[in-house]
Amino acid sequence: MGLDIRVPIGLMFALLGVLLSGYGLVSDRAIYAKSLGINVNLGWGLVLLAFGIVMLLLARRR
Amino acid sequence: MTLTSIDWLLMFVYFAFVLGVGFTLKRYTRTSKDFFLAGRALPAWVCGLAFISANLGAQEIIGMAASGAKYGIATSHFYWIGAIPAMVFLGIFMMPYYYGSRARSVPEYLRLRFDEKTRGFNAISFALMTVFSSGISMYAMAKLLQILHIFDAPFRALGLPPTYLFHVSIVASAIIVLLYVFAGGLSSAIYNEVLQFFLIVAGFVPLVYLGLKDVGGWSGLRATLPTAMMHSWHGMARPETNPMGVDVFGVAMGLGFVLSFGYWCTDFLVVQRAMAADSMTAARRTPLIAAVPKSLFPFLVIMPGLIALAAHPTARATLQTTPGYAGAASISAETTTGAGLIPYKVSDTTGEIVRDQNGRPQLDYDLAVPVMLLHYFPAGLLGLGLTALLASFMSGMAGNVTAFNTVWTYDIYQAYIRPKAPDAHYLWMGRMATIFGIAASVATAYVAAQFNNIMDILQLVFAFVNAPLLATFLLGMFWKRTTGHGAFAGLLCGTAAAAVHHMSTLAEGAAPGIKGGLITVAHTYYSEMAQNFWTAIVAWTVCFVVTIAVSLATRPHPEDSLRGLVYSLTERPRDTAAAWYARPSVLAVGVLALTALLNVVFF
Repeated sequence: MGLDIRVPIGLMFALLGVLLSGYGLVSDRAIYAKSLGINVNLGWGLVLLAFGIVMLLLARRR
Repeated sequence: MTLTSIDWLLMFVYFAFVLGVGFTLKRYTRTSKDFFLAGRALPAWVCGLAFISANLGAQEIIGMAASGAKYGIATSHFYWIGAIPAMVFLGIFMMPYYYGSRARSVPEYLRLRFDEKTRGFNAISFALMTVFSSGISMYAMAKLLQILHIFDAPFRALGLPPTYLFHVSIVASAIIVLLYVFAGGLSSAIYNEVLQFFLIVAGFVPLVYLGLKDVGGWSGLRATLPTAMMHSWHGMARPETNPMGVDVFGVAMGLGFVLSFGYWCTDFLVVQRAMAADSMTAARRTPLIAAVPKSLFPFLVIMPGLIALAAHPTARATLQTTPGYAGAASISAETTTGAGLIPYKVSDTTGEIVRDQNGRPQLDYDLAVPVMLLHYFPAGLLGLGLTALLASFMSGMAGNVTAFNTVWTYDIYQAYIRPKAPDAHYLWMGRMATIFGIAASVATAYVAAQFNNIMDILQLVFAFVNAPLLATFLLGMFWKRTTGHGAFAGLLCGTAAAAVHHMSTLAEGAAPGIKGGLITVAHTYYSEMAQNFWTAIVAWTVCFVVTIAVSLATRPHPEDSLRGLVYSLTERPRDTAAAWYARPSVLAVGVLALTALLNVVFF
């Protein structure tokens, strides 16, 4: 198959990660009362970004 | 509770990528083999993740959490006793015949192994079943989104009644799935299932993390919930001493053997994913690779149910509706009481709390996951969580649609309507089948909304048709003496036996009717689940015995026609994978050991 699925997965997760962690940086602290005071947007956004980059690296290596 | 722009943005990114994958793949979809079999060119890990993702529809995500809240850890039997051993069996013992026979579908295997009538029976019942189940899950999802009231704002802005959300969510999801399956066929569905798999994990891991942290971790859960809910095998020796109302034999034979092997080893919806692999070894590794994440999934899909039940009930009002803005299924103010985060079930028609025969209010377990999302996720992560929910819904629907268009085109259209058309014609027919399969699902969703009972009856009928199928495949693959007449007679008798068993038994507390007991009530089970398990056991046994008896009385198939289709007449597949750890047998032992360990840990 001509398309390596790791490329769209990598791109999508990197983009979602940037958006989510970016929002985590600018958002009001008050909204994190729901998530037990943890800035989950920033933390989880960075995890998604890292996952996206790993996927892209794996796709490049081949 | 409304969505903010960041939530919408995340959802939009997902939709853009799903459609983008579909249209990129359109260029590579030139023959019917590309469209229906993904060109038989996909690596094992892609097929493996699609294999579980196709099954991971919204009903699985919502239903497993609901069952977790209702029965506790014992729900993991669906995974650790049910799915995993069945997936290992498919990979090690059955895949060589499915893949090696070059059959393009499960019904086509039946045609090669038995005869035309067995294939026809299976193809038609399967095609109808996929359309109906996709329609029913569409309906369930649309109704759920409506109850949540989080998508109401745009409708209010446009001056439309909130009930429009029901139509919009059905039509919008149908169009998106239609577009990407129409464009790229099975490869598009599979690629998107892999993407959706990762997205579902990304949405649910933080949910479980926050929930567990909130209830005080595993020890907090244990302190809050009753002991019976925290052990998978607690009280299973007798049906009256565990929440599921089943005993060890019912679980092992009914769920572990008949229902799970029946689903994972014969349902074309999942088997199609393994058939798309690029080699025999890859096809055999597909269900084995799938089994690894599958064995860990209870932590993602069952755990939210337990947490929702144990969480402190401070902010249960998230589901309250805006005054004066009540949808068809809105929740009245009385629902501020429930158990943990789970609200009481509210009747669609009267708007009052549903109570059982003893007047106790019923919990709406299906809301466990959605209320968890609303309770723990701030703007941003909420968008991701909802996207994960939508992704699970779409992957389940695409799974049904691709299985339907293949069975329709190869096993019904090519077999009975137009046998000798050029390949391009079947490719065109596959695309048309995608359109009318989805249209029929949408119609089914609306029928379900009108007549809930009709859908229950249909699902029951299909359960009767499916239950005996496993016996047919086991005998067909492992006993060369099995004949076409034997298989067909066994299927009919097994289906009839399932119906008779259901109509003459009843679960405790259920009223005779759709739930059983239509003829007489010869036996009362402790739960509906126990009744279902035993219906499956009876159907399997009758099919098994009748198939053997009729086969022995009819003329055997010549051995030459069975090469590659039956165990004793086929060369054993050799593991050709380069690395020792990638061999099917090694993977199988590893995943079985993992599952056994999980059973012991949560005993």
